[in-house]
Amino acid sequence: MQSLNMQILEILNEDCRTPLERIAVMTGATLTDVAQAIDDMEKQHVILHYAPVINWDKTDRERVEAMIEVKVTPQRDMGFDALAGRIYRFDEVKSVYLMSGSYDLLVLVEARTLKELALFVSEKLSPLENVTGTATSFVLKRYKQDGIIFVGETTDKRLAVSP
Amino acid sequence: MMSSFISPRVAQVPPSGIRRFFDIAGTMKDAISLGVGEPDFITPYHIRNAAIDSLLDGETQYTPNRGLLALRQEIARYLEGNFGVSYDPEQEILVTVGASEAIDLALRVCTRPDDEVILPDPGYVSYAPCVTFAGGVPVPVPTLAKDDFRMTAESIEAAVTAKTRALILPYPNNPTGAVMTMDELLKIAQVAEKHDLLVISDEIYMELTYSDGEKICFASLPGMKERTVTINGFSKAFAMTGWRLGYACGPRDFLYEMNKIHQYAIMCASRQAQVGALQALRRGRENGYEDVAAMRQSYDRRRRVMLDAFQKMGLPCFEPKGAFYCFPSIEKTGLTSEEFCTRLLREKKVVCVPGDAFGKSGEGHIRCCYATDLNRMLEAFERMDAFIHSL
Repeated sequence: MQSLNMQILEILNEDCRTPLERIAVMTGATLTDVAQAIDDMEKQHVILHYAPVINWDKTDRERVEAMIEVKVTPQRDMGFDALAGRIYRFDEVKSVYLMSGSYDLLVLVEARTLKELALFVSEKLSPLENVTGTATSFVLKRYKQDGIIFVGETTDKRLAVSP
Repeated sequence: MMSSFISPRVAQVPPSGIRRFFDIAGTMKDAISLGVGEPDFITPYHIRNAAIDSLLDGETQYTPNRGLLALRQEIARYLEGNFGVSYDPEQEILVTVGASEAIDLALRVCTRPDDEVILPDPGYVSYAPCVTFAGGVPVPVPTLAKDDFRMTAESIEAAVTAKTRALILPYPNNPTGAVMTMDELLKIAQVAEKHDLLVISDEIYMELTYSDGEKICFASLPGMKERTVTINGFSKAFAMTGWRLGYACGPRDFLYEMNKIHQYAIMCASRQAQVGALQALRRGRENGYEDVAAMRQSYDRRRRVMLDAFQKMGLPCFEPKGAFYCFPSIEKTGLTSEEFCTRLLREKKVVCVPGDAFGKSGEGHIRCCYATDLNRMLEAFERMDAFIHSL
């Protein structure tokens, strides 16, 4: 049997707007226990944030995204963390990951235009001390993100009534 | 004048009561259906992929009548590992076109003219017609909400006559969601022994059991393997309904005869379905059946939500511990099951199945399936609640 915390995380991960009362029904726990567990997980930073998955392509917001592979020289005593911190503080940067393999940091960047994004790389990212190289790839189409499929419609193919 | 070529034995059996609803519902836009009898998951991708690979590799031939040996071996390991009952893959397992075929074969093998077969009422719609087609007489035994819709040893024994040949024991149950306890099964085993009955144990919903300790394969009970045909399949546990793949396990001589009908009537189940099923069991054995566990978890949550909704609507509902149905009583509305479902569909566009489609004792109840998208289900509850208040 899964712990209550794990069950709550699964339910919220599927729909973070699930009301507390329904989570209590789904897990068989009391409302107080559910509220307490969520509160604890927020305090412990297990749950950091609640946000929708948005298909921006269906809005009129101008937006370009790129994934930038960054090679860096790790710093004495601080490894990659200090430099990662300098990178993730930029508002344009949506995600930063330390990677195994042929480069060190994967940086996901979002800007309004191609030009803005190019300027970010050339004027903000590349000049940083200890950044030794970057390779920028633009996102052309989003098929799936955070477990959600962005393309096509899923329809229920079942018969309306079956034995 | 040409005579009717239809045998009275076939003509006397009415079509499934479920279908008439399908015809109305099919014409309706934005109806929400709680009337389905299958998972709302798509078969896990790795299983679909295995079947695709098999086609790409040119595996388009017949398989042995009894099914691919590798699949039968995996089935044997699965039953041994999960239920502690061992079957010989060579002679005691038959892969069939859905559990439905297995039920039909078992009944055709055991039934002599006018033999009686005991089955639960309410129960799955195919049992009684299959008994009739096999030349036997179905003997429905009412199961009651007060007994948690279990068949009891007493009620079975009361229905036994000199002509009783077999007992169909389908738990977890469609449509009630009832499961059996070890205590009750042991008592039923005694009755089966005493009256020398064949037990056809339909365990198709076994993986969808939500209570601990009630996931029991009847053949694993002392002395029962020799008189039990265990029926199971991939439709419910692995969300593979459209693949049509099930299996029967039982005594060697009985399976020999089942295989005979199967080989003449069917030849073998679809090879690609067998390959998919093999993948399902192999991967499951390696990862602790994580696909099944994830689906069961999801059903369990929705089960609780549906039960809670009926409580709030004021419809008494037995807590189902298996399958994916709730079977609430609608008696307090003063409507029959049929009237309730027809009006609910016409007035609020929600499809439920009237309980009497599953037998006389189902009257006064409706079957609602919680293998339904949560938000759609919640919308359906709002409509049902409004409907009940409008009465």
